[in-house]
Amino acid sequence: MEILDRISEMLQRGDTGKVSALVKESLTENIPAKQVLDGGLIRGMQVIGEQYRLHEIFLPDVLLAAKAMYAGMDILKPSFIKEGMPSLGKVVIGTVQGDLHDIGKNLVGIMLKGAGFEVIDLGNNVAPESFVETARKERASVIGMSALLTTTMPVMAQVVELLKAQRLVGTIKTIIGGAPVTKEYAQEIGADAYSFDSADAVETVKALVKPA
Amino acid sequence: MGKTDRRYCVRPTVRFLDDKLIKKIITEARDVLKKLGVEIHSDEVVSMLQEHGAHVDKKHVFLNEEIIDKALKTAASSFRLYDVLGNETHHFIDDQVYFTPGSAALNILDHKTNRIRKPSTRDYIRYAKLVSRLQHIASQSTAFIPADVHERISDSYRLFLSLLYCEKPVVTGAFTMEAFTIMKNLQVAVRGTEKALAEKPLTIFSCCPTSPLKWSDVTVQNVIDCSDFNIPVEFVSMPLSGFMAPVTIIGTLVQHTAETLSGIVISQLRKPGTPMLYGGSPAAFDVRYETTPMGAIETQMIDCAYNEIGKYLGMPTQAYISLSDAKMLDAQAGFESAMGATLAGLSGINSISGPGMLDFESCQSLEKLVLDNEICGMVLRLVRGAKPKDDFPSVPHFEELLKERHLLISEHTRKFLRDEIYFPGPVVDRANRTRWEAEGASTLSQRAHDEVERLIGEYEESRLPDTIKKELVTLMESEAKEYGMDRLPDRF
Repeated sequence: MEILDRISEMLQRGDTGKVSALVKESLTENIPAKQVLDGGLIRGMQVIGEQYRLHEIFLPDVLLAAKAMYAGMDILKPSFIKEGMPSLGKVVIGTVQGDLHDIGKNLVGIMLKGAGFEVIDLGNNVAPESFVETARKERASVIGMSALLTTTMPVMAQVVELLKAQRLVGTIKTIIGGAPVTKEYAQEIGADAYSFDSADAVETVKALVKPA
Repeated sequence: MGKTDRRYCVRPTVRFLDDKLIKKIITEARDVLKKLGVEIHSDEVVSMLQEHGAHVDKKHVFLNEEIIDKALKTAASSFRLYDVLGNETHHFIDDQVYFTPGSAALNILDHKTNRIRKPSTRDYIRYAKLVSRLQHIASQSTAFIPADVHERISDSYRLFLSLLYCEKPVVTGAFTMEAFTIMKNLQVAVRGTEKALAEKPLTIFSCCPTSPLKWSDVTVQNVIDCSDFNIPVEFVSMPLSGFMAPVTIIGTLVQHTAETLSGIVISQLRKPGTPMLYGGSPAAFDVRYETTPMGAIETQMIDCAYNEIGKYLGMPTQAYISLSDAKMLDAQAGFESAMGATLAGLSGINSISGPGMLDFESCQSLEKLVLDNEICGMVLRLVRGAKPKDDFPSVPHFEELLKERHLLISEHTRKFLRDEIYFPGPVVDRANRTRWEAEGASTLSQRAHDEVERLIGEYEESRLPDTIKKELVTLMESEAKEYGMDRLPDRF
């Protein structure tokens, strides 16, 4: 559909105004909101994600596209009052207790939202209990944790232990990241996944929520 | 682009000589030319200089102050270069810098075997295609000598292939006196007429005096032939400190100045106003290995210093400086080239020769050329310096940062990101370790090779009209026949 192609194209250009206008126009043309979301907004973000992965565009281009996507989603929201906004899944993210360095985590949040996930960002200095309680209450499928300091990394292990104690391992998956964090550390503490940057995090979370 | 406040603009620079020392070096060089003279193996040139008042003793010509001053008076302070389509690509003026690959290598480094071998027509075409895609390499040079043609046409044949496959102008040179005619004719074919070629120069000819203080029949003939057709020349004086020149940097500079001044005199007295680059390829001789290291820090210091002398004399400059003596694409190859390129950029050497070159100017590497292209990109960024770009007042930027928690998509970032920050790659690696490992943990050499193949794969044919391409082929075939070659090597 031509208008959905244009939404996707304008989103890739990061043109928030045009995306909003086109989303409104498509609703007045009675195109189902789900179709606008999938065929316009999400499709555009998929292109952006791939271009970023291939170094064809830079991070600011991705963020601008994501901003345009949020603007489009805001317009679509009322159409999803009954069934709720469709999403690829719910992800609780935060920087672990004792650590205030949340730049990377923020990027991951933006990229996940852009890819179509619902993101609950707990901010920084987040206690292990807070991760688990929020994820359980919100029925999130993934907890994402970041740390910059080697001294705060053990908090990630505490979250995994809490999930184990509450028999939530498998129901709620964990992904970790941050400068000192490694794939080996993720395996050592029993986290489900590790990611080295925000683009990789999107792909990894997608794999985590994919039905087995 | 946003506003740049010129009050704060500084062109980053480096200097090795003060004006007092430059004057002293020039005075000493003039004294050498006056008292010891220069040996010139051309009766025609010797007679010409004699007519202008030089004292002559057989092949020795003693250049007095008046002749030198007369020549310097007509030396152009700038000139322009144009590609095969006639578009301006270079303006050699002030501190504008341009990179060009190192020229006339005998060997090519084969990526597969990591050994040197004699290059072929196929190698040269791949090189020309590659240069056409390298953003920071502004011109071609006839970078190596194809071994599959008769040696008497190996100089013109390189130029022929360059003009056929790449649009960029060419830094080149003739190996014989006879070769000049075909090399000029190839250029005239591109431009249409000799007049058009004189108006829009397409090549620069390297003309090299022999140290100490000597001009061979070939090189001096090349100098006057270029003058006759307004083809720019770069004088490439090559004193070797401690061997064929005084061991000191200053002593070497005196010799370099004398040899280059003699070239300027020959060129300008033949035809005033002939465009010239005050160039060179000196080296600090390595008395341990009997080699001429281009990557030596003293070599680079001599280059930068004679550039200051050339600028003082009011001429655009050239140097063989961004290259390495390493035998393969290793750390030495990178650091020597980057040091040279950086110093050259900061010095404002107008035409910086060297990218791709290894092993004392004897070996070209396509893989090194793509690495050097990224080094050149960094240097070109460096010389643009640090300038305020809508930075003042600063408080609003920080208010935005504190409010939004990042500036990744601020208007200021979007406006200046690509202008302010140069992103090298893919040869220069900036991925984090995990990503680098996930993408195959490639070595620099592998990434460089992949990039060579990618860029050659993306080659777009030169837009030079087919009729001209055919004329070039006809000219070259006819020249090859002169030397017993019935046909040129296949170009496919």
